[in-house]
Amino acid sequence: MPKDKDKTAQEKSRKRGSGKGAAAPVGAVMVVGGGVAGIQASLDLANSGFYVHLVEAKPAIGGVMAQLDKTFPTNDCSMCIISPKLVECGRHLNIEIHTLTEVKGVSGEPGNLTVTLAQEPRYVDPAKCTGCGECANVCPVTMPDEFNQGLADWHAAYRLYPQAIPAAFGIKKLDRAPCTLTCPAEINVQGYVQLIKMGKYEEAVQLIMERLPLPGVLGRVCPHPCESKCRRAEMDEPVAICSLKRFAADQVDLSSFSPPLVEAKPEKIAIVGSGPAGLSCAYHLALKGYRPVIFEALPQAGGMLRVGIPDYRLPKDVLDKEIDNILRLGVTLKTNTALGRDFTLDGLFEGGYQAVFLGIGCHVGKPLGIAKENTPGVVQGVDLLRRHNLGEPQEIGKSLAVIGGGNVAIDVACTARRLGSDVTIVYRRGRSEMPAFAHEVEQALCEGVKIIYLAAPLEVIVGAGGKVVGLLCQKMELGEPDASGRRKPVPIPNETFELPVDMIVPAIGQEAAQGPLAACGVKLSKWGTIEVDETTYETSRPGVFAGGDVHTGPWIAIEAVGGGIEAAVSIDRYLKGLDLREGRIEGEEAHRRWAEIPKDEEGQLREVMPTLPPEYSCSCFEEIAQGFTGEQAQREAGRCLNCGVCSECMQCVVACQAGAVDHSQKPQIEEVQVGAVIMSPGFQTFDPSKYETYNYARFPNVVTSLEFERILSASGPFEGHLVRPSDHQEPKKIAWLQCVGSRDVKTHSYCSSVCCMYAIKEAVIAKEHAPYELDAAIFFMDMRTFGKDFEQYYNRAKDEQGVRFIRSRIHTIDPAAGDNLRIHYTDESGEKKDEVFDMVVLSVGMEVSPAAKRLAQTLGVEVNGHDFVDTAPFTPVSGSRPGVYACGAMQGPKDIPESVMQASAAAGAVSATLGEARWTRTKTREAPPEKKISPADQPRIGVFVCNCGINIGGIVDVPGLRDYAATLPNVVYVTDNLFTCSQDTQVQLTRIIEEENLNRVVVAACTPITHEALFRETMIDAGLNKYLFEMANIRNQDSWVHMKEPEKATAKARDLVRMAVARASLLKPLVEEPLTINQRALVIGGGIAGLNAALNLGDQGFETIVLEKEMELGGNARRIYHTIEGLDIQAYLDDLMEKVEAHDKVQVLTGALVVGFSGYKGNFTTEVLVGPAMYERKIDHGVTVVATGAQEYRPQEFLYGEHPRVLTQMELGKLLHHSPEEAAGWERVVMVQCVGSRNTENPNCSRICCQGAVKYALSLKGLNPEMEVMTLYRDMRTYGFLEDYYREAREKGVMFARYKLEEPPQVADEGGKLNVTFVDHVLNRPIKMPVDAVILSAAALPNDTEELASLLKIPRNAAGFFIEAHAKLRPVDFASEGIFLCGMAHSPKLISESIAQSMAAAARAGAFLADIRQTISGVTAFVSPERCAACLVCVRSCPYHVPQINRDNVSEINPALCQGCGVCASECPAKVIQVAHFEDDQIAAKIKTLF
Amino acid sequence: MRLQYPPNVLIIEVPCTGKVDILHLLMAFEQGADGVIVVGCMEGDCHYMAGNLYAKKRVFRVKDILDRVGLGGERVGMYNLSSGMGGRFAEIVREMTGKIMELGPSPIRIATGTATRAAGEVAA
Repeated sequence: MPKDKDKTAQEKSRKRGSGKGAAAPVGAVMVVGGGVAGIQASLDLANSGFYVHLVEAKPAIGGVMAQLDKTFPTNDCSMCIISPKLVECGRHLNIEIHTLTEVKGVSGEPGNLTVTLAQEPRYVDPAKCTGCGECANVCPVTMPDEFNQGLADWHAAYRLYPQAIPAAFGIKKLDRAPCTLTCPAEINVQGYVQLIKMGKYEEAVQLIMERLPLPGVLGRVCPHPCESKCRRAEMDEPVAICSLKRFAADQVDLSSFSPPLVEAKPEKIAIVGSGPAGLSCAYHLALKGYRPVIFEALPQAGGMLRVGIPDYRLPKDVLDKEIDNILRLGVTLKTNTALGRDFTLDGLFEGGYQAVFLGIGCHVGKPLGIAKENTPGVVQGVDLLRRHNLGEPQEIGKSLAVIGGGNVAIDVACTARRLGSDVTIVYRRGRSEMPAFAHEVEQALCEGVKIIYLAAPLEVIVGAGGKVVGLLCQKMELGEPDASGRRKPVPIPNETFELPVDMIVPAIGQEAAQGPLAACGVKLSKWGTIEVDETTYETSRPGVFAGGDVHTGPWIAIEAVGGGIEAAVSIDRYLKGLDLREGRIEGEEAHRRWAEIPKDEEGQLREVMPTLPPEYSCSCFEEIAQGFTGEQAQREAGRCLNCGVCSECMQCVVACQAGAVDHSQKPQIEEVQVGAVIMSPGFQTFDPSKYETYNYARFPNVVTSLEFERILSASGPFEGHLVRPSDHQEPKKIAWLQCVGSRDVKTHSYCSSVCCMYAIKEAVIAKEHAPYELDAAIFFMDMRTFGKDFEQYYNRAKDEQGVRFIRSRIHTIDPAAGDNLRIHYTDESGEKKDEVFDMVVLSVGMEVSPAAKRLAQTLGVEVNGHDFVDTAPFTPVSGSRPGVYACGAMQGPKDIPESVMQASAAAGAVSATLGEARWTRTKTREAPPEKKISPADQPRIGVFVCNCGINIGGIVDVPGLRDYAATLPNVVYVTDNLFTCSQDTQVQLTRIIEEENLNRVVVAACTPITHEALFRETMIDAGLNKYLFEMANIRNQDSWVHMKEPEKATAKARDLVRMAVARASLLKPLVEEPLTINQRALVIGGGIAGLNAALNLGDQGFETIVLEKEMELGGNARRIYHTIEGLDIQAYLDDLMEKVEAHDKVQVLTGALVVGFSGYKGNFTTEVLVGPAMYERKIDHGVTVVATGAQEYRPQEFLYGEHPRVLTQMELGKLLHHSPEEAAGWERVVMVQCVGSRNTENPNCSRICCQGAVKYALSLKGLNPEMEVMTLYRDMRTYGFLEDYYREAREKGVMFARYKLEEPPQVADEGGKLNVTFVDHVLNRPIKMPVDAVILSAAALPNDTEELASLLKIPRNAAGFFIEAHAKLRPVDFASEGIFLCGMAHSPKLISESIAQSMAAAARAGAFLADIRQTISGVTAFVSPERCAACLVCVRSCPYHVPQINRDNVSEINPALCQGCGVCASECPAKVIQVAHFEDDQIAAKIKTLF
Repeated sequence: MRLQYPPNVLIIEVPCTGKVDILHLLMAFEQGADGVIVVGCMEGDCHYMAGNLYAKKRVFRVKDILDRVGLGGERVGMYNLSSGMGGRFAEIVREMTGKIMELGPSPIRIATGTATRAAGEVAA
């Protein structure tokens, strides 16, 4: 769907906005956080005329809800219900989703804020990505899948989840891995290790050779600084990187690689020296198209690689092949051509060379500086090695003393050993100080080399004939550490010894040959090395560059390679006249943002490479190390922890057919102008790993509740099979432990509000999942099922589904046999018990994520002591900074409907302040013109069969069904999709409709209830009338409900598709007429909810009428005096009523009774009898908000009404307000909870009474701290931050004792004195006490709305509360459009919650009124007048009184009024009435094709 | 809820049971259905006010016709359910299927020789 980014319009209005200053608010809003709250807020705002920037830190929106399996209390599939919203968001023209983005700053005034956004690169262009997933298929990196809570793996190229919006893949990349950062040649180590893991050896070598032309050589000789930084060492041992490189190099034939195609460059470049530096420099210049010439003094190329390293470490053929490959690229080699002897630098420049690289190395051995060193038989180690390696003749002694402890000393010793000598190494320090590699020292010892430690040569002993006969040595001891950190050897006085040898080989270091350098005219250091710029490798002489040992002094080959590479870059730039430094200055230090080292991964030591046995190896020059086998190499590569996540192996770039992958993307900073900001970053779950009680980190079968959601989910790691992580066996017994990270002063003292319900839900769903009798037990303190209809869900779980509820405190979880777990706990009576379970689920609480904390800080809003955004009860979605709002779990722990409600409330708050800026920043969609489909056109039907992941495809044979559909009449195109509802599939659908010239579409997938609207929109985008679409519900009506009979389900799916196709052939395009919407709102109810809704609608700019049946406004709030936080409700109410009454858009009618209601969405007429005079008034309005409130139950029990000191909470509140002195005198008060709630008559929890009891108990304690206050409760339901008041009450001495429903407390009047008797649950015996007052926490019951419900045709539940359209996602809508719900009429709630809900209802109502482009459904009845007999059956049967006999004496039906129910059509005896889209032939087609 | 019920039931959607015509019900039998149930909103809770009451009336008419033509009125039934009563729906389908199984294939299907499988049909 082309999102027409009309930037010019935006820019224009930006200019307009900035020109006028703060006067005109910006009609755009930023929503930060794309969970369900953020999505809801975005949709509400975008639908009501604001341009929305939805900012999400992850690569896709959806939040935690997308991770959930089912939702309570309806057990709806979470993904199924959120997916349409995701898609709507993703497709919305006026919602711009900024993924991988964080807010970095905000400035400006409310109404005109500038927000700075920082976006991390996705490395995939969402506009090009088709979501095919090929990049993930080839990606070698596997990482714990965060979406599946680490229970599965995903790749560095990944999509958060299959239905993700945006649907594009992304690549997760952190800092480059430490191995790569350490490598002096910056070889992409992680990349090639990963490719080796995948068996892609050729690709691995190609990746290595992007930097290093000598992979086989360095794979043998490199001292691999990378391995010293390998983070695998933190677990066990570093990855054998060097050996892997060798392995890969050994697998490929370099001559088979085709040289890169580059344009030849004419400039002449001389490379002096063919060691690793010179070769690398030449190689990289050749890759750029130059034809450099290498001048080498020796007869063969390779420098120290050739003459310094013996064959048993580096076979010459390996070196030869790799040098040949370099020469193949167009490099010329001139051997036996020495600088200073055969040519000079000046001569090169005179000869037309424009640049020179000096890499002559350090080939001159350092003298020992002892007496008689010049005696024949004293030979420098490097000279010995060079002669040997070049095959030059030389005499090797019978017994050698090799002086030194470095690698050269070892190489000399082992070479001489192989040549038959007896070799002794003399080293002045100890073994641990030896600079040579330990494994080589070990090898030398094995081969029979002797080492004398702590000995220094003093003098060459010369025998007769002037030959060496021995070496006088000085014994040493170790003193203080020297500058190198090693302990300095100190001579032991008078301790010398003689070593009888006939040859002495000093190997204590090398230096550069000074002779040739002297004439070069380049600046040298005091060590005789060439000084260069450390970034560019320029020497002091222009056009001359240097690298390798001649610059660094004798050092490792890979460093020389690095120098050669950098010098090549410089030479190229130098020749092009470019700046040598630009972009090369050492960047800031790496952030060390690397993948976490997995805690649960098992240790695995590195592979051991096979070697020749020392007794054999010491006798020849065959290569000692034999290389890995293929299995070894892949296993070893598999040990890599992928520190950088993406390894930049670039396989995705090759695999992506769409060319969408772009590894060069950089972080972006963007400034966005908005009128307001809504924070909805959601929560993170508490991490229980640090608490030993639960042993979460140690036992795989202890999982968090979110992990359990993924286990249950059909798209989860186990595809919905209920198995436990350790052995993938089906658990027979599962325990849930409540309050993990909640109600715990050590972690979070608040209650997380949702865990009780989700634990019950998970237990119920788990029992449903298991094809066997699953034992589910929930260990809890208080069962807090306080939401609407939650208590019944709890009761059903307990009584019908057999979930066990164990009131307890957990002590520990210990391991038991067979990966099982033993829970030690204390039950309610204090008894210690234990029980073994197969699996334990920790009901982890909600907490604010670090990112959300940063957001609050950046936006400058205050947070409470728990880090949640601090909002006031009377302004529940407003942050402390004007223009910044908060909703969802960032404002406090809450469930989905509460989050959705708050999201709409935040949208309402924004709409009320930015109302005038509506439609100033929005874009309009240009739908393509609708194709004319005439009845004569042959139907061309496309059938799209959905796998729905495995929801359908796992049961029904989808490919078979697809092929079957192709055989049906009029079907011209069929295909199947993994998720037909995904955004990328919509794009495909549009394209296919176009390409195949379809004129009807059938989607065989899920239910039209959730998905028809989405597909119809796609039809419109494809230029088809949306009524030419039909769905076959092969999921909800088939695969889900016949999952145990896959064959029958497949047969039924065929039937369903055939029926859909038959009907589709007969579908007709329908015209939707525009709907005129009366811009007035009617609010029924003048309590806090109704008043807030009216005020908000008025502020949004809509004329609003409030009806209150009482003579006074205020409702229940008139009888409550302060909130638990201590706020003055009366003052608030007075202020609210004043604002409403003074509002020029709001009119209040008190004493108003609704007596009639007619019309339809956008055009209602309500008849009202007003005031004492009961005059009748008709109000036309476009929307209705129902806020009829609730009332306190008048108890029939506990002597209420019989004894004056038995009071309800409200009555106590009144007494405390008016005559506190009376209450102050009380010595003992008992409060009884759940009076009229949670019993057989009223199974609902009234939600607010527990906090009420705590509130009043604290008030009483405040009046008289000595007063004994006893609260008799069943479960204390002080959810969220209310828990802090509960704790405060206990700390202040308020007593809480639990009673059971079966054993309620007894209240007796004994001679006017009140007595209360209750059974103490710890002592388990009755306790009787005299009391001064009994306070009854009476239920909240709905007001009598039976008649109103009947007039408005809106549903109520058994208790009489109104039923919203959807318990989760449409909490303030009625199913009937244009009517909204808020406050206690929905269910009992706190004032703050009522206010939020009323703002939400106002937002939804306002959005409906603002959306003036709505149309009337095409599904209406129509009459064929020619055969109408005007029999009046339709007129009489229509429940809405729509059909009328017109002047032509036939029936006429107004489509705007027709509801499309079809009663008239079915009643019409002549069958002249049809309902469009449900015409008789369309229904008959289904029936006929069925058999 | 994914409650399992027999797969021989196919659902035909209508905007309201008020749209279910006697002709549709009879056509289903004529075409070969062994049983038909009409599932509407709870009485008094019809989304379109009274459609389910009309449907009930018509279902009784069809029962009468079926009895008279010898198919048996028990092959058609009217049920009232709310959207939250998935469990009851599955139960009804199981009951109805059981009942039809007991009755055997519809005489029409026996007559036309298509009595190979038991089928139910549901309109909701």
